[in-house]
Amino acid sequence: MSVASRCLWRSIGTFAKHARPSRLVSSNNNARNFSVSSRVSALDDHFFPGTKCRYTQKLEVLEPDQKDPIPVYRVMDNKGNVIDADEDPQFDKETCLKMYRCMTLLNTMDRILYESQRQGRISFYMTNYGEEGTQIGSAAALDPNDLIFAQYRESGVLMWRGFTLDNFMDQCYGNVSDVGKGRQMPVHYGSTDFHFVTISSPLATQLPQAAGAAYAFKRAQNGQVVMCYFGDGAASEGDFHGALNFAATLECPVIFFCRNNGYAISTPTHDQYRGDGIASRGAGYGIATIRVDGNDVMAVYNVTKVARQISLAQSRPVLVEAMTYRIGHHSTSDDSSAYRTDSEVSYWVKEDHPIGRLGFYMMNRGWWTEQDEKNWKNESRKQVLEAFSRAEKKLKPNPELMFTDVYDEMTPELKKQLSSMKEHVQLYKENYPLGNFESMDK
Amino acid sequence: MGSARIPGQLLFHANKLLFGRNAWGTAASTCLVAKKSSTLAYQPDISPAEFGETTRMNLFQSLTSAMDIVLQDDPTSVVFGEDVAFGGVFRCTVGLKEKYGKDRVFNTPLSEQGIVGFGIGIAVAGATAVAEIQFADYIFPAFDQLVNEAAKYRYRSGDLFNVGKLTIRSPCGAVGHGGLYHSQMPESFFVHAPGLKVVIPRGPIQAKGLLLSCIRDQNPCIFLEPKILYRSAVEEVPVGDYVLPLGKAEVIMEGSDVTLLGWGTQVHVLRQVADLAHDKLNISCELIDLRTILPWDSATVIESVKKTGRLLVSHEAPITGGFGAEIASTIQEECFLHLEAPVQRVCGYDTPFPHVYEAFYLPDKWRCFEALKKMINY
Repeated sequence: MSVASRCLWRSIGTFAKHARPSRLVSSNNNARNFSVSSRVSALDDHFFPGTKCRYTQKLEVLEPDQKDPIPVYRVMDNKGNVIDADEDPQFDKETCLKMYRCMTLLNTMDRILYESQRQGRISFYMTNYGEEGTQIGSAAALDPNDLIFAQYRESGVLMWRGFTLDNFMDQCYGNVSDVGKGRQMPVHYGSTDFHFVTISSPLATQLPQAAGAAYAFKRAQNGQVVMCYFGDGAASEGDFHGALNFAATLECPVIFFCRNNGYAISTPTHDQYRGDGIASRGAGYGIATIRVDGNDVMAVYNVTKVARQISLAQSRPVLVEAMTYRIGHHSTSDDSSAYRTDSEVSYWVKEDHPIGRLGFYMMNRGWWTEQDEKNWKNESRKQVLEAFSRAEKKLKPNPELMFTDVYDEMTPELKKQLSSMKEHVQLYKENYPLGNFESMDK
Repeated sequence: MGSARIPGQLLFHANKLLFGRNAWGTAASTCLVAKKSSTLAYQPDISPAEFGETTRMNLFQSLTSAMDIVLQDDPTSVVFGEDVAFGGVFRCTVGLKEKYGKDRVFNTPLSEQGIVGFGIGIAVAGATAVAEIQFADYIFPAFDQLVNEAAKYRYRSGDLFNVGKLTIRSPCGAVGHGGLYHSQMPESFFVHAPGLKVVIPRGPIQAKGLLLSCIRDQNPCIFLEPKILYRSAVEEVPVGDYVLPLGKAEVIMEGSDVTLLGWGTQVHVLRQVADLAHDKLNISCELIDLRTILPWDSATVIESVKKTGRLLVSHEAPITGGFGAEIASTIQEECFLHLEAPVQRVCGYDTPFPHVYEAFYLPDKWRCFEALKKMINY
């Protein structure tokens, strides 16, 4: 059917709905919402398709700032004091320690991998500085089998689930033990064991995919939700709109978790959007929404827990906007001093850091001391350096793996290209870094 | 990712809050492993005397210079894209916002389809749009705007409307460590969209003259900038205004035995192949930079192949459906009786661009040289 005739059919369909006898819709529940004074006549008892709104004779312009900004939910203050005891998730000591250790281990790993890129040992890296709370708090509230679609700054989520330091380092080196077979740049992790779909560099592409996965989960009735992380920048992509609209209309059990860290590379949120953040968009899509202090690991935990319950029990999406701050540079290719001040960054380092806030909480309870900190610092650093050194020693994979997984089976043309590559490299072997790679098959 | 930027000056430590600076330390290892040095051998072009006074510029600076001229001369012109305001992740727009104001050089929200559609609108309104897509790998959300909109605007309106004032700049190509999504050469996707022009420069002098042509050309242009050349390609570039022709290839090196044809970075690989052929085989190569991929200058290539009897075309993009295929087909049709050997295509393999296997993937000088030997011995 041509586009023109399809449009024609659509409009005829719409017309037909409009033309239904008014009696059929006169008992619509929406009518109950009307106040007596604005009660409509029988003739007016129609609604424009997709709306439930009353008529008005008063011309009003809806300004975006007529409502107060959506508040930021928090449990702890900046010094780790619980503000309202009823909101304390009451973690036991072990859980708290596990969270703290994970957040700080992530931080140590970031430092060492960042430095290693500076030394030319890995090609690229992205740190998670400042976002440890959003990552660990949300990961801890999920079921370990919930499927995760992440962006690229969620290493802590994977670490919480059990991805080991060796797993991280192997991917960053693209060595023989990298489950991704050395094909992607560092930090593009993925794991079937931990239900974490492999990272792709293009932004926001994961959002509609997450809605689709959630739809399949709903049909399978497997009791799982899908968790989808993305940034404030990615929320400007067209895929964001498609994803939220699909998830709402198709009633998908997915959590859209925005890490609003203030910057998309150099672009501040002021250049990215002009509404009340990302959270304000939820209502427009008909999606339940919560805004949370991303630097408060407990608040993030509570919010994600609730989001998961709503999503699963009611089979619908939930939008979470976690307010946080990207303390590090965007990546090793970025120098953020070109676009923000030291003092801006240092506020978040000194006054409102997720690791610090949890640390204070634990120290207040006597669960953590300076000595514990010192011991753990040495221990975690040792663990990271050991894993780093193991990964560095490993060879790169067999170059033949360049040709596999393009399709489920190698095509005849790819087989030809593979054998021509091997023949060529054999002929010119002194010009290729074969010593760094596992040997090719004879 | 960006280019090889100056290392960050600021290292922040997460829990300074608790136990002071350096609480979590940094890697202490002293073992330094040198970054794999690029094998790119860049031979600078010499600026023609008639283009006037020159100064030393790398490729990104020559692009800044071109945009500076346009912003100066054309009050309707605007320059925009993701992170463009602070100078762009590859530093191509440094200083322009300060010089021309934030209404003319500005950041956009992070949406490639938004950027191109917005640029189309600016051009339809009669103003000049120079838009940046941060990496060519990320141009695909804008595919609809480029292929269905920009390319067809003039044709579908019977020339009532056009978007000739639109130019899209985008960094492209291999850099040694870009992996799947910071390495691609997408030119062949766009050559299937009649109405677009696709241009790829080989160095700073070319880049400035070709970009100025693209911006002033009355057709929408996609200008793909080989990002490995941003810093590594340095030349004495004319400081003033000059243009280089679109749709015109350039014979860079004359020769008699084999025609080598490429564009962008690959021109420099092929130059090395010509040197190897000369030194090892005593073969004389004619080297052509196609420069404009669409519409391509078949006449220059045909004339060369009629003389040499052999054509080797090479590009980084995958071989299947690459622009080399179009060229090979035209040449076999136009030069059939002149050919001494089948046209050789040396290109990327038919796989996504692989991270650690890049050295094996690229159509490097050794793969080209081997193909050339086969042609000679055919």
